[in-house]
Amino acid sequence: MSTGAPQVTLPKPAFAPRFGSALLSRGLVITWFSIIVMIPLAFLVLKSFDEGFSAFWDAATSPQALEALRTTVTLALVVTAINCVMGTLIAWVLVRDEFRGKALLNSIIDLPFALPTIVAGVTLLALYGNDSPIGIDLAYTSIGVSIALLFITLPFVVRSVQPTLLELDRDMEEAAASLGASNWTIFRRLIIPSLRPAIIAGAGLAFARAIGEFGSLILIAGQVKIASIVIAARIEQNDAVGAAALSVTLLLISVVVLLIFGRFAKVKGLPI
Amino acid sequence: MAQSRKGRWGLRSVVLIYLSALLIVPIGMIVYQTFEAGFVDSFKAAFSEQGIAALKLTLLTVAIAVPANTIFGVLAAIVIVRQKWHGRALFNTLIDIPFAISPVVIGLSLLLLYGPLEPVGGFFLDNGIRIIFSTPGIVLACIFVSLPFVVREVVPVLQEVGDDQEQAATTLGANWWQTFRRITLPGIRWGVTYGVVISTARVLGEFGAVYVVSGRISGQTETLPLFVRKQFEVLDSGGGYAAAMVLAFVALLTLFAMNLANRRKDA
Repeated sequence: MSTGAPQVTLPKPAFAPRFGSALLSRGLVITWFSIIVMIPLAFLVLKSFDEGFSAFWDAATSPQALEALRTTVTLALVVTAINCVMGTLIAWVLVRDEFRGKALLNSIIDLPFALPTIVAGVTLLALYGNDSPIGIDLAYTSIGVSIALLFITLPFVVRSVQPTLLELDRDMEEAAASLGASNWTIFRRLIIPSLRPAIIAGAGLAFARAIGEFGSLILIAGQVKIASIVIAARIEQNDAVGAAALSVTLLLISVVVLLIFGRFAKVKGLPI
Repeated sequence: MAQSRKGRWGLRSVVLIYLSALLIVPIGMIVYQTFEAGFVDSFKAAFSEQGIAALKLTLLTVAIAVPANTIFGVLAAIVIVRQKWHGRALFNTLIDIPFAISPVVIGLSLLLLYGPLEPVGGFFLDNGIRIIFSTPGIVLACIFVSLPFVVREVVPVLQEVGDDQEQAATTLGANWWQTFRRITLPGIRWGVTYGVVISTARVLGEFGAVYVVSGRISGQTETLPLFVRKQFEVLDSGGGYAAAMVLAFVALLTLFAMNLANRRKDA
């Protein structure tokens, strides 16, 4: 790609100008992506309008659908807020503190990315379900659902904030301290502003993940109306339009979140 | 920022308590439960005929979906980073769509395209290819879900490596394949490795999309995660825990590989 430096005319770059092969590879990539992702999604949107717009609207705004969306978005927001605080705190301790077992702790943060969601559900149910050995039964409650969501989304904010915190200039903090700033002032005026983009990026990913989560909730949710579970139930009842309508609403929320937060996330290149 | 000893201990305790409640103790629980249910019995239940079939199907899915995503991922990253074209930024954003969508919605979209009663699915069925409630649908769902992982890992690495060496190789007369194999690929290998590891983890554990498209026929279209869920539904949780343990063990291996690849990537 072009840099600011004065351009020397070089022979053809490896991949770009060989017109035929560049076009071929681009064509292949876009075709494959369309077949796997775009065409199925297009059919989903088409199907939701299969019985006309009013049928779509009725299904998308039925009391059941609205309740599911309200519950899902509320829980996702709460979970995202907790993640912002706890994720930043965890990242802080992992970067600025020194203690035995820190390296191990650092490496298990990614476990929720690696663990199948159903196993996460089973695991949390074993501890916080009706057979709970510590006597806390949170199964089928929104607190239980929130704990599962907190588990699933744990790594996003931590992994987003950690690299930024590592690169933070400590001289500035020392300068502030020598000028008489308290720890709280340094944290509020120096550290938080530098971390903000990273926190927002992690929060966006956590929120997107939380509103769509299914696997870890299916055993825990019970009567708590989670959008993805309601969609699955409508599919089971052969209510294709109803399932598609709620899916399209959820899809819209996801795409908006992606567009708003994608900018932040791109910088970090986070694994999801 | 110099923290007092008290403040440091306070923060550390809060973090350790939070992570114990959320992560460490639950994982310990599942290991304990498997053994409590009788180690041998529960593994016998997990590796009954149905459990074995589920394991085989899951491995088959991984064997198809991960290589497909790796080839697509590397090619897509090159197309995004090394080629200038209209719509590059849009494509770069669209690639992330599978991350942002609920797996159930992904499953439903495949169901509405390839379902036996839909025009496209009907066409395939007439030609003897059953997609939904069969292996092809499960594989398609897994490819969809894990599509962006390799791309997302390779794009930043490719950007950082730059194309100076590729240009030098081309100047010296290397063809594109030689350039790719000897210059580009070695430069991005740890990024690719990391992407492959998390794709594998995601495909192994995929639940929502597969839940919708598979029809969950025991012994036929049941993957290991679906098997775990069914065992709990029929209250045979011993076998469920054992199968969950197998998945959790693979997840721990994945975690180890992720840390290894990450360290190499940063080195």
